[in-house]
Amino acid sequence: MYEKDGEKYFVVDEHIHFWDASPENTTNKYGEGFIKCFYDYHANLSPDEYTWSFEKYRKYSEEDIMHDLFEVGHVDVGILQSTYLTDFYDNGFNTIERNHPLVEKYPGKFLSNFGFDPRNEEKGLEMLERDFEKYGSKGVKLYTAEWKGESHGWKLDDPWSLKHLEKCEELGIKNIHVHKGPTIWPLNKDAFDVADVDRTATLFPDLNFIVEHVGLPRLEDFCWIGTQEPNVYGGLAVAMPFIHAKPRYFAQIIGELLYWIGEDRILFASDYALWQPGWLVEKFVDFQYPEDAEFSDYAEITPDIKRKILGLNAAALYDIEVPEEMQLATAGSATGQIAAEPASPA
Amino acid sequence: MPTREAVLDALSGVRDPELDEPITDLDFVSGLEIEDGAAFVRLRLPTYFCAPNFAYLMVADAKAAVLSVTGIEQAKVVLDDHYASDEINGGVNEHRGFDGAFPKKTEGDDLEELRTTFRRKSFVSRQEQLCRAMLSDGFTPLDLSGMSLQDVPPSQEFETYLERRAELGLDVGPDAPLVVDPDGHRVPKEAVVQHLRFARTVRVSIEGNASLCRGLLATRYGIPEKEEVKQ
Repeated sequence: MYEKDGEKYFVVDEHIHFWDASPENTTNKYGEGFIKCFYDYHANLSPDEYTWSFEKYRKYSEEDIMHDLFEVGHVDVGILQSTYLTDFYDNGFNTIERNHPLVEKYPGKFLSNFGFDPRNEEKGLEMLERDFEKYGSKGVKLYTAEWKGESHGWKLDDPWSLKHLEKCEELGIKNIHVHKGPTIWPLNKDAFDVADVDRTATLFPDLNFIVEHVGLPRLEDFCWIGTQEPNVYGGLAVAMPFIHAKPRYFAQIIGELLYWIGEDRILFASDYALWQPGWLVEKFVDFQYPEDAEFSDYAEITPDIKRKILGLNAAALYDIEVPEEMQLATAGSATGQIAAEPASPA
Repeated sequence: MPTREAVLDALSGVRDPELDEPITDLDFVSGLEIEDGAAFVRLRLPTYFCAPNFAYLMVADAKAAVLSVTGIEQAKVVLDDHYASDEINGGVNEHRGFDGAFPKKTEGDDLEELRTTFRRKSFVSRQEQLCRAMLSDGFTPLDLSGMSLQDVPPSQEFETYLERRAELGLDVGPDAPLVVDPDGHRVPKEAVVQHLRFARTVRVSIEGNASLCRGLLATRYGIPEKEEVKQ
């Protein structure tokens, strides 16, 4: 919970990690390249006082995550999104096996989502059932650019992926977190294209599709499908830290998102340990649009809109109980814009 | 003997297709040597995992640009520090094409479709930049919808817009309408505002992505973040 100027905010950090990219766990040059790339994102976009050494960044402790999220990070509930990367790291990067013990050890603080890989075909379906039985997650995290042997990725509307999603629906796993990455098959097409999410969201109207990084670097494609598909959400991981390093860009992103998809389908995320939630929450609560013409037609972001983004929207997706004092101040009345309808895609 | 300036000038005609800016402004050119009509160029990118298809296009375009300089007979362009450096460098310098560089990893028509997709995005973004400038100069959306290219006051934004428009093969004649979609169809006057509204999202996306990439490159190589150049 965060409180400022008499306003209280319930905080759900919908995208966090507890990774191990230590040299001992790193399998090859790709794993080394991956964590270095992550570190550059961290170092480039964090305030100096929140920038770690590369050594610490590779593998941080349970004390670090508890401190950064719950002691100083204002987070009420954090959602661990498992990312396996077993071709890069001996024991995986941050697997459900590594994440889930935190859920059990600290009741009420964490949720953990496992993933599935449609390239495992029939076996993948069995694994999905087993994982659900064991962990009971209401969501899955899918990294479509994950390497697996010769394959450099998959698409959400691949036939085996659709079968896995049918299984999710059957089991009651309703939140599908989709993370696009730079490598995917076929390699000559745009890897960040979210058209597969569009098609899949139409096929599964009862599942929620949370597109991580709000589709960045294809914000426009994400906004386009967000206007078409009411069950598509945007997770702010990676977009949030621009609030410090590139505040005008952050203002444009959040303004565009509110204009196109509206205040009910945007979810706060730090992507911890890429960035720490404390400073992100504080800066977001203070956030106002810069005062110049570029921003003059964006509607004000009220405390209630911030409350929705910081926690209430994610709480609704995951049935997380929110204390009465942190509910909307103007419950029942429309507080912001209604999602718009674009004329034509580019 | 061709000068360094001439080769760099040719390289400034190569754009990152995704970021819509010259690779020279983005600081992607990290080395250039010229000897007896042979040029050797080094490129670098913001991350180890930058999409290999765009990386390939930049290496291939850089090689073609360097070879276009009078007096350059041979050119070698290499991309450093990328997970697929070997495949890309081999593919370009040994003329294997993208399909040949990544056998069995592609489908369909090499990289042309991808290039066209991003030329369309660049076009939309540059049109928005031009129209935004014109709107702030006092034109109304209704004015814009009725204008032809010959009615547009000269500006840098207009020049860039015409270049992107010509690249897509669209009409750039004086009578051609100003506001057209990426297929060249005039946008009806009642749809101009919403057309430009979506174009703005495209522009925000491209500009923001470019800004992020500049920052990542600076952090990766420990160099100062290069100023954004308004074209």
